[in-house]
Amino acid sequence: MGGKLFRNFSFFSATLSFFLLLGIFAVLFHYAQDAIHTFGIDFLWTDTWEADEDDEGGVFGGLIPIVGTLLSTLIAMLIATPMAMGIAIFLTEIASEKVAKPVSIAIELLAAIPSIIYGMWGLFYFAPIVQKTVGGDGVGLLTAGIVLAIMIIPFMASITRDSMNTTPAVLKESAYAMGATKFEVIKDVIMPYAKGGIIGSIILALGRALGETMAVAFLIGSVMQLPKRITDPTTSIPVLLANNFAEAEGLELSSMYYLALILFVVSFIIISTAKFYFFGRKAKA
Amino acid sequence: MENVVMEVKDFSFVYPGAEKPSLKKITLPVEENKITAMIGPSGCGKSTLLRSMNRIHDLYPGNTYEGEINLYHRDGTKENILKLKKENDFIRLRQEVGMIFQKPTPFPMSIFDNVAYGLRLAGIKNKSELQDRVEAALKGAAIWKETKDRLGESALGMSGGQQQRLCIARAVALKPRVLLFDEPTSALDPISTGAIEELISELKSEVSVVIVTHNMQQASRLSDYTAFMYLGELIEYDKTETIFLNPSEKLTEDYITGRFG
Ligand SMILES: Nc1ncnc2c1ncn2[C@@H]1O[C@H](COP(=O)(O)OP(=O)(O)OP(=O)(O)O)[C@@H](O)[C@H]1O
Ligand SMILES: [Mg+2]
Repeated sequence: MGGKLFRNFSFFSATLSFFLLLGIFAVLFHYAQDAIHTFGIDFLWTDTWEADEDDEGGVFGGLIPIVGTLLSTLIAMLIATPMAMGIAIFLTEIASEKVAKPVSIAIELLAAIPSIIYGMWGLFYFAPIVQKTVGGDGVGLLTAGIVLAIMIIPFMASITRDSMNTTPAVLKESAYAMGATKFEVIKDVIMPYAKGGIIGSIILALGRALGETMAVAFLIGSVMQLPKRITDPTTSIPVLLANNFAEAEGLELSSMYYLALILFVVSFIIISTAKFYFFGRKAKA
Repeated sequence: MENVVMEVKDFSFVYPGAEKPSLKKITLPVEENKITAMIGPSGCGKSTLLRSMNRIHDLYPGNTYEGEINLYHRDGTKENILKLKKENDFIRLRQEVGMIFQKPTPFPMSIFDNVAYGLRLAGIKNKSELQDRVEAALKGAAIWKETKDRLGESALGMSGGQQQRLCIARAVALKPRVLLFDEPTSALDPISTGAIEELISELKSEVSVVIVTHNMQQASRLSDYTAFMYLGELIEYDKTETIFLNPSEKLTEDYITGRFG
């Protein structure tokens, strides 16, 4: 009885999430129609975003926010992935319990801080530091990327640590019993064993970095220009949408839906390729 | 007595935070190219003793021990392994004294790589040498026939019994002097158990074996010497026939006749 109810409920929830996904896609697609018809695929490499005087038409292209989104995410992932792995390895295999406990708690707390706080901290404290050390205006791709990295590190590190912790002690002992060093045990046993969790955490962090709005809005500079250097200010899809959505209408609004659709599809593709890659590997392992 | 390869002397062991020692003044030889069985009721300290003999305990901090565990090297020199401190020394020890666990523990890699793992760690890089030694080890562990056409496949796809023989092959590949088995068949079906037992008796021409077992028949079938332990003490150690047919201690007799344990 209870089993059946539960099964129906799970089935309902699973179907619901599928239809939600479809529904969101359909809505974005519908409202983006105007822009899709007007600009077509050229939208992707057009770097102007200008409304006509009458606010009816204009030329809108997504290149700048798309590049800004991808680059800031790339910077964040390049910094965050090795750092998070290092932290997770330190917590599971190197630190004594006395050190690992408080550090773990601190990391979990960091993961719970709302992104706007990272944004404010980044703007008032961190951006000047970046400006002093590498030049530029303070706000820009690099600052946004680094603060994004700081935001996703705790999350990645704690998932990775949890999955490393599931490595059975006896498997590690077997490797040590063959004459492995700690480093070799980490590389040959723990990392392969925790691979699923590690890839999962990277995917989730990637999704979060791609869609992050608040912190990036503070830090990326929010200007419609292609970055020439890594310290240059630019904009990203979520930031552009958040800043301009309220005032936009007509073709500009439709172009924004087009951008949102692109972000949706890009996130979807990244996450599903990562998932397929992961499942493909898992089946073989 | 013939040649002794390892020797436990007045060895006591306390786990961190434990009130009482888990092992009390154990003295026990390990004869070369013989099989020594350790029997005794649950919690008597068999695993603790076995895990001291390759210092695998020292992965976890805080154990205290007294006494000596000596390893006699091939050149006749004696080394007290309790004195080892450096990672390199542990590696050297564990290459000489291998261990097989209760549950099969294949690494998440191919069959070939599992067996080659220890060899690669030991610095063997030459492809043909690796190939030869992997083949020899798999033959030595009697699973060459089953594995020769699927060396590249994941070891996780093998049956439990095959996995355990793979783990033995992996240990044998390093040409250790001593192999420690902690209840190697308790997770296996009777047929796989038979195969492993046969394998262990064949191994003794090349290595000395110490095996912990709960299975009295297994101990009597397989071993040359038997040690009976009880509450952290070694009650009796002798030739296996003597222990099973004519034990000197009442406690030993009670245990092997199944009166407790
Ligand atoms: N990590 C540990 N910390 C503290 N005490 C332990 C630990 N491991 C084992 N002990 C204790 O040490 C004693 C010996 O344990 P051991 O595992 O060596 O027994 P055993 O003879 O192998 O038993 P079994 O036949 O059940 O495997 C037991 O009293 C046990 O409770
Ligand atoms: Mg045990």
